[in-house]
Amino acid sequence: MTQHLLSIDDLGADGIVELLDLAEFMAEVSARPIPKVPALRGKTVVSLFFEDSTRTRVSFETAARRLSADVMGFSVGTSSVKKGESLRDTIETIAAMGIDAIVVRHGSSGVPWQVAQWCDASVINAGDGWHQHPTQALLDCYTIRAELDRPFADLHVAIVGDVKHSRVARSDVDALTALGARVTLVAPLTLLPPSLEGWSVEVSHDLDAVLPTVDVCYLLRMQLERQSEGLVPSLREYTSCFGLNAARAARLPDHAIVMHPGPMNRGVEIAADVADLPRAVITQQVRNGVAVRMAVLYWLLGSGITLGGGNVIGASAGGSDA
Amino acid sequence: MPEQSGWVVVLRGGDVVDATGRRRADVAIGADGRVEAIGPDLDPAGTSARVLDAGGCVVAPGLVDLHTHLRQPGKEEAETIETGSRAAALGGFTAVVAMPNTEPAIDCAAVVREVLELGRAAQLCDVHSSGAITVGRKGERLAPFAEMAALGVRLFTDDGSGVQDGRLMRRAMEYACGLRVTLAQHCEDSALAAGGHLHEGEWSSRLGIAGQPAEAEELMVMRDLALARLTGATVHFQHLSTAGSVAMVREARGRGVHVTAEATPHHFTLTHAACAGYDPVFKVNPPLRTDADVAAVRVGLGDGALDAIATDHAPHAPETKELPFDQAPPGMLGLETALALALTELALPIEQVLALLSWQPARIAGLTDAHGGPIEVGRPANLVVIDPAAEWVVDPTKLASRSRNTPFAGRHLRGRVRHTLLHGEPVVIDAEAQR
Repeated sequence: MTQHLLSIDDLGADGIVELLDLAEFMAEVSARPIPKVPALRGKTVVSLFFEDSTRTRVSFETAARRLSADVMGFSVGTSSVKKGESLRDTIETIAAMGIDAIVVRHGSSGVPWQVAQWCDASVINAGDGWHQHPTQALLDCYTIRAELDRPFADLHVAIVGDVKHSRVARSDVDALTALGARVTLVAPLTLLPPSLEGWSVEVSHDLDAVLPTVDVCYLLRMQLERQSEGLVPSLREYTSCFGLNAARAARLPDHAIVMHPGPMNRGVEIAADVADLPRAVITQQVRNGVAVRMAVLYWLLGSGITLGGGNVIGASAGGSDA
Repeated sequence: MPEQSGWVVVLRGGDVVDATGRRRADVAIGADGRVEAIGPDLDPAGTSARVLDAGGCVVAPGLVDLHTHLRQPGKEEAETIETGSRAAALGGFTAVVAMPNTEPAIDCAAVVREVLELGRAAQLCDVHSSGAITVGRKGERLAPFAEMAALGVRLFTDDGSGVQDGRLMRRAMEYACGLRVTLAQHCEDSALAAGGHLHEGEWSSRLGIAGQPAEAEELMVMRDLALARLTGATVHFQHLSTAGSVAMVREARGRGVHVTAEATPHHFTLTHAACAGYDPVFKVNPPLRTDADVAAVRVGLGDGALDAIATDHAPHAPETKELPFDQAPPGMLGLETALALALTELALPIEQVLALLSWQPARIAGLTDAHGGPIEVGRPANLVVIDPAAEWVVDPTKLASRSRNTPFAGRHLRGRVRHTLLHGEPVVIDAEAQR
């Protein structure tokens, strides 16, 4: 059966931990003078981005190349999609070329599930609408584990900002709560999902009160159009209530880290000087993204291993050392 | 005993069920398409009558659908009046009211005439036309009710959207009073519902798709009940889907407001959890709601708060249901599954199910001259023969509709239409359409 990575729920806590362990090995590969192994030689990975995202796309393509996969980019802006081709026809056309994995990003929630029905390749969700961005959640968990080195069950993570429209927030909530962390969403009600039934989270509207209690302060990108939609009176007011400035950052415990999925709006959700503090691990997140995506690609396309089958992953990947 | 030689069809061995009750009786139909005889053992010997077996079946007035999208003119790739009429006949309907959200909209006599003519040509069920409340269904100025009423239009609606402007809706109600027509409302406050693709709640939040709250429907129900009281007009609410709406209608009727209401089979069988797999076949407007809403709709159908089951049959060509969920059009097929869903899913006696699907909607649509029974000598023979024990599985590929967007694929149902008679002519025999 073809395996996919559509949402964090596909993995479970054990699956997440195994992928993080595998990513550690991939990080070691990436640190070598020649950061490349032949593990996926002969495999073809297509990146199909219906929505612009330079960083996620480059990260996936870099990961695939470090594993020696062939990478095809499908540029929606210049393709038949612009000429009115249906999503299904696009997918079936690409699949007919004989490919092993499709990395898909789409502005509509749920599209990766539809893609998975229409082709035999492994589908990796690189972000669908407001819904899921599982590799972002994995790289965030990887970064938290690397930076804080304490059990997730002992961590308190605040996710601050526009949770309602955020696939990063949904994936991170799923992953962090699966791993046992305490998660608090901090936002005005207009930026929270209408219902939190089934979410194991706490909610606060008071960032200042939450900051001294957290180990991780995760800031979400504040889209500029939320102001014109009337969800906040103004970005200025949002920043004054929910932006992380230097004074607020000083309320964090000494060990606490600041994270952001990028791209940042400096001066809106995060002050410029805070983004440059040592505790802001935003570039580490980007670096770890490549290792995590190598792990995901190897898991899906590598030697047919299934998660939960013990740590044969590291061993077999090690065996393919170039 | 009437003149036997004129019999053309005899329905033999069934129980006749109509608003007057239930009795064991055969039904004989004359060449004029009217019932000629009713009795426990009619003998067709010596006549050239075609005998149709109704053994173990219920012979009832044909079903009447208050809410059918036939898509013609304009969207013939999804359905035509002919294919939709065939689906209706197979579903046991002898009359349907075509919704006006076609292209062009049914908002003037010329389009009404076209729809009626195509319906007559298909000869599979009586196709009645609704008329739009406003020109082009744009919600700006009143459509010419009188010229459409003169062609027999009795139900006016902007279905697909509600009339947003309260002042305009008040004028529509006042104007309608003078013409003895009924206004039917698709209740949806468009500002509150804007951008919502499923019910706002647990599943919209989880799936990351904008939802529309129950209150978007309920606010317009509330407003129109107030306007109906103000104007004395009769208002009919289409496809009510929330517990709050059902409760308001029940309460208003108690106060003497002239209100009727319908609910669809999908709103008494499916919840928003069906959208979990992102299949746009489960996208519909109003959206599938919560367990509590489904329960309230069922109770409303049972206790009389709701008057009718209407299908909201809404065909969409397959490629449009292969779009991302938030881009696919809302709507589901309904004509061929409505009766069986009601019989299978509602814990109601068949008499009550038929009231909801036949004589009560016939009254709301102003069609009691020819539809909804009672089954009496001299009445037009618009009849359905139902085998209440027949079990079947919904297979989308076998539906008569031109489209395939049923949310009930693979569902086991009990109760099936055996024969349908339109003005005495068997248009469905043994569950097969005759044309």
